[in-house]
Amino acid sequence: MTAALNGEHVATKEIAEKFPDSVVAADKSAFVVKSKSLYQVAEFLKNAPGLDFDYLTNLVAVDYMDYFEVAYHLISLKHNHSLVLKTRCHDRDKPVVPSVVNLWRSADFQEREAYDLMGIIFDGHPNLKRLLLWEGFVGHPLRRDYL
Amino acid sequence: MEVKSYLPSPHEIDVAEGLRINSLIEASRQPIPDPDSWLEAEIRRNVVVTTVDYVLDWARSRSIFPLMFGLACCAFEMIGMAASRFDIARFGMDIFRWTPRQADLMIVAGTLTWKMAPAVKLVYEQMAEPKWVIAMGQCTISGGPFRESYSVVPGINRIIPVDVYVPGCPPRPEALIHGIRKLHEKIVKESIKKA
Repeated sequence: MTAALNGEHVATKEIAEKFPDSVVAADKSAFVVKSKSLYQVAEFLKNAPGLDFDYLTNLVAVDYMDYFEVAYHLISLKHNHSLVLKTRCHDRDKPVVPSVVNLWRSADFQEREAYDLMGIIFDGHPNLKRLLLWEGFVGHPLRRDYL
Repeated sequence: MEVKSYLPSPHEIDVAEGLRINSLIEASRQPIPDPDSWLEAEIRRNVVVTTVDYVLDWARSRSIFPLMFGLACCAFEMIGMAASRFDIARFGMDIFRWTPRQADLMIVAGTLTWKMAPAVKLVYEQMAEPKWVIAMGQCTISGGPFRESYSVVPGINRIIPVDVYVPGCPPRPEALIHGIRKLHEKIVKESIKKA
């Protein structure tokens, strides 16, 4: 069975020294990084020996009203362990998160879905347009304030 | 005076009238023969007189070709209706057609989203006349529990005209068969004058 890595452990041991001031919060299940340093942290998690997170299973966006949170569920097929990486964006009008399509191709449709339903702009995505709804639809329906 | 002798006497008129009445009474004791009895028995067995309307409606209502059009979970009840337990072959609906060109009944079974709506309208327009539509299930009829949703059509009658509504979530195959029987009743009332 896939072993879930301790988020706090990974954040303090691996991330904090390499990317100072990037970790916002960390607990047993996941750790949160600033959206500015998300791409560098993700690249490190993918390529670092011993971690080797080569597969992105899931990409979720959550609306907490105060901020948006984007969660990346990563798996290493080599070591058979998993990790949850999160980032937050506080600008409600234009929430921008760097795209990770260059690292994991499976992020392509999932980032488009998050953009479509939650309105999160993934900076650097090659084809960021609506996936489920049609062109010309007004608003992003999974936001908490959508009526 | 000679002219007078040609006229029958009152007594002779009475006698003639009495004879006529007596002969009618005598004839009324026998049944009147069939005026068509001269027709050959073979012709009577083989010629049927009817109306064009009646024959067309009879043929149409008993050989409906439904279109396979399952959008959501209602489709399973529709498939169940077509399978051997409920057996719509009893109504001449043996085969579900996969192309609208060969179908004349569209059973819309399931939730219709706005993104699917252009396809539904296109398929309906591709069907040849005469064509009928059954709206099956709450979602198709009114949007059902998703009526307030941003992506669901609140009732298929906003897209295409509907003949029979079959409510239920989902309706049992018996309910759909009842809807088809109602559609038969509707078809046999139709006339070529309107078409």
